[in-house]
Amino acid sequence: MNFKLKDIVPQLITVTAVVLVFGFFTYNAQINMENRGIDFGYGFLSQESSFDVQFSLIEYDGSHSYLRAYLVGLLNTILVSVIGIIIATILGVIVGVARLSPNYLINKFAAFYVEFFRNIPLLLQIFFWYFAALRALPLPQDAEAIFGVFFLTIKGLYVPAFIWQNFSVFFNSIVAAIIAIIVIRIYAKRVQENQGKQIPVFLISIGLIFILPLLSFLIGGVGVSFEVPVLKQLATTSFIYEGGVSLPPELIALTLSLSLYTATFIAECVRAGIQGVGKGQKEAAASIGLTPNQVLKLVIMPQALRIIIPPTTNQYLNLTKNSSLAAAIAYPDLVLVFAGTALMQTGKAIEIVSITMFTYLTLSISISLLMNWYNKKIAIQEK
Amino acid sequence: MMSKINFLKPDKNNLNTFLYLGSFLFLISVLDVFINSFFSLNITGFLPGFLSFLFPLILGFIGLYFIRIEFSGIKQLDLLNKHINTNNFNAVLSLLIIFVIIKSLPPILSWFVIDASFAGDTKDVCTGSGACWTYIKVWMRRFMYGMYPNAEQWRINLSFIALVLMGSVGYFATDRFKKYLTLYYVVIYPLIAFLFIFFFISGGPVFFDFSYGIIAAILSIILGFFIPAKYKFYYFLIVPLALYITLKYFIFFEEYVELGKLDGLNWVETGAWGGLSLTFIISFFCLIFCFPIGMAFALGRRSNFPLIRYISVGFIEFWRGVPLITVLFMSAVMFPMFLPEDFFIDKLVRAIIAISLFEAAYVAEVIRGGLQALPRGQYEAAKSLGMGYWKMHIFVILPQALKLVIPGIANTFLALVKDTPLIFVVGLLEIVGMLNLAKTNPKWLGFAMEGYVFAAIIFWIICYAMSKYSYNLEQKYKTDR
Repeated sequence: MNFKLKDIVPQLITVTAVVLVFGFFTYNAQINMENRGIDFGYGFLSQESSFDVQFSLIEYDGSHSYLRAYLVGLLNTILVSVIGIIIATILGVIVGVARLSPNYLINKFAAFYVEFFRNIPLLLQIFFWYFAALRALPLPQDAEAIFGVFFLTIKGLYVPAFIWQNFSVFFNSIVAAIIAIIVIRIYAKRVQENQGKQIPVFLISIGLIFILPLLSFLIGGVGVSFEVPVLKQLATTSFIYEGGVSLPPELIALTLSLSLYTATFIAECVRAGIQGVGKGQKEAAASIGLTPNQVLKLVIMPQALRIIIPPTTNQYLNLTKNSSLAAAIAYPDLVLVFAGTALMQTGKAIEIVSITMFTYLTLSISISLLMNWYNKKIAIQEK
Repeated sequence: MMSKINFLKPDKNNLNTFLYLGSFLFLISVLDVFINSFFSLNITGFLPGFLSFLFPLILGFIGLYFIRIEFSGIKQLDLLNKHINTNNFNAVLSLLIIFVIIKSLPPILSWFVIDASFAGDTKDVCTGSGACWTYIKVWMRRFMYGMYPNAEQWRINLSFIALVLMGSVGYFATDRFKKYLTLYYVVIYPLIAFLFIFFFISGGPVFFDFSYGIIAAILSIILGFFIPAKYKFYYFLIVPLALYITLKYFIFFEEYVELGKLDGLNWVETGAWGGLSLTFIISFFCLIFCFPIGMAFALGRRSNFPLIRYISVGFIEFWRGVPLITVLFMSAVMFPMFLPEDFFIDKLVRAIIAISLFEAAYVAEVIRGGLQALPRGQYEAAKSLGMGYWKMHIFVILPQALKLVIPGIANTFLALVKDTPLIFVVGLLEIVGMLNLAKTNPKWLGFAMEGYVFAAIIFWIICYAMSKYSYNLEQKYKTDR
């Protein structure tokens, strides 16, 4: 066995140092908690929380447990992240492509957008939207309807709610459409490999995703009606909207700033990805007689996506982590509800901060594992 | 010679007709929007609302369509067509952007300059519809220095001026001193900066420690010129510290201070620091600390020793996986629990440690990218020359790897500067925190917008300058392979 003292000593020193530091911390924590009469444990999670949360996706009030409060916070974080990611991706792709436009004005406009929003701290942007921009909106009684059904007021955005009949049929029809599209894609690929024929998958997909849900309306007995928000007077000067769905201004400010900020980074990823595909690839594809659309679809995009997706996922992760800034404007996300209110009430600093950190850590590590797997899958197999 | 004109197909034969007609229509459309926006006159008011809105767009589109003639022979026209008028879609987008710019100029100008109030020092002067820059003017000191006492602010100014002067030494160094520059920037400069900021700005009795440090440094540098080169390293290793200890414990006794024979600077606790100067202080220290830590963990992650590698990976992935705000929460509520009871660390120091560790993980990943990008040949060549691990890394690997990752490092530092406002979590108020405080002042309610715009401009200038500087560095150190 190749046993060398030279290899063992540095490792031993490092490990001892790490163990000593952790031991020191644990020892102190134990003594401190004993002195203050705090006991360590996660039992508090099942206790009654007795605080309220303004905005929650699941049913929640003070009589629910701390675990439920944690779930409320987590769901709110995920809600903001998902909305932010969707908007940021759409905006980022548009701006990234615009950055490469031969049109001077569009190009500069996109560059201006990127340079402008990228160089201002996200927290400042959140504060700006929440405390300055959204505060300039009209009061509920003065708000003008947008398209007759949306109401943008200082108390938030009110949108009509959908009231479904036989929602499950509609849902199943969408699932069926998606499955059908996947099957057709696989079939189309096989046909192309075997016979060299192209099947217009994109058109068929679009048709399916519209026609199947439409059929569900006609045949499946699905019905939908809208519940439009209606202005209601509480007191002489106090008005609210009733009915519909209300999005609180915190949520709007947060998603707006998160997506505007992250879109700049995604735009740069997209630009780098498209630029990263060699010019020769495009010319070679054109020279073997592919149409411009085919060049884009079959040659440019697959290669560009390979460059674009890893850094973009990183940006998604950043957005999710940045959504914790919600605590600054009192949007009840994981940090505010759990590491804020719950911590204040229970005083269990170590447990709560560790759970919060562990949640984010799990989220990040699972996404990066997924990313590594994807990277391996799409990496060019070199011989 | 005039040939038949087909208005659906502009061609070169009727160049002048199309050129005049097209430019005329285009100019009219721009003029319409311009008059509408700057003088609020709607010349197309007689048309129904929707059409009146679309009118300039349609007119401009036809105009641009007419002048889209390839190889016209007129240089300006060709340039115009190439840049903003390549096809119908681009023409519409160009028109929209031009109109948006013209439309948005008057309100922006009027808010920023024309209707804004600059004079006076009370809220009463702000009656116009524009911005109230008086508010910024009155609160300027608070935004810059936080709660730091007005009479003592010269200390912050002096420190920053001194640090900038000492930082610019590199530009004036003669060739003889060039080889010491790295040592200067990596060891001496951060040390002096640390002394300046923590002892000069905070003041109190510790100010004397600072004075001793400066005296010891100056004395040892002067004496250093007479030391033979052979012993210089050991000299600078031992003498400054020895001088400092002698000064502190044997020459200037603490009693002098207490007796009042020597008058120190007033003590300003870190809780009173704030504003933009705190942003600078925090960014500066985190920048200095996170770099060596990050480098160590990058090397650790590439180490051949499995245990060191696992520890480094664990460290990096942990800090990269959590949001900064929870790290600051940890430093505020959890970290004091981990320390002995009588052991107290200032909250500014705790915040700096937390941010440094957090950013170090990102720096480590960036540097690792540079290390991985180096070809194996470099390692093998260095080893074949008989270099050990440290020699190889210091003289061969790191200089090349760091050159490669300049943009990445600059991005991390940019992120660091942009993350500083988060320290509101531990109760420190830098410029954004001060803004939030100022806007709740009953005498100055309702000026949130001005404050945020002001801070945004400052941050934008800082970050943009940094990114441009990093781009220049990248170009400067670009070596062809």
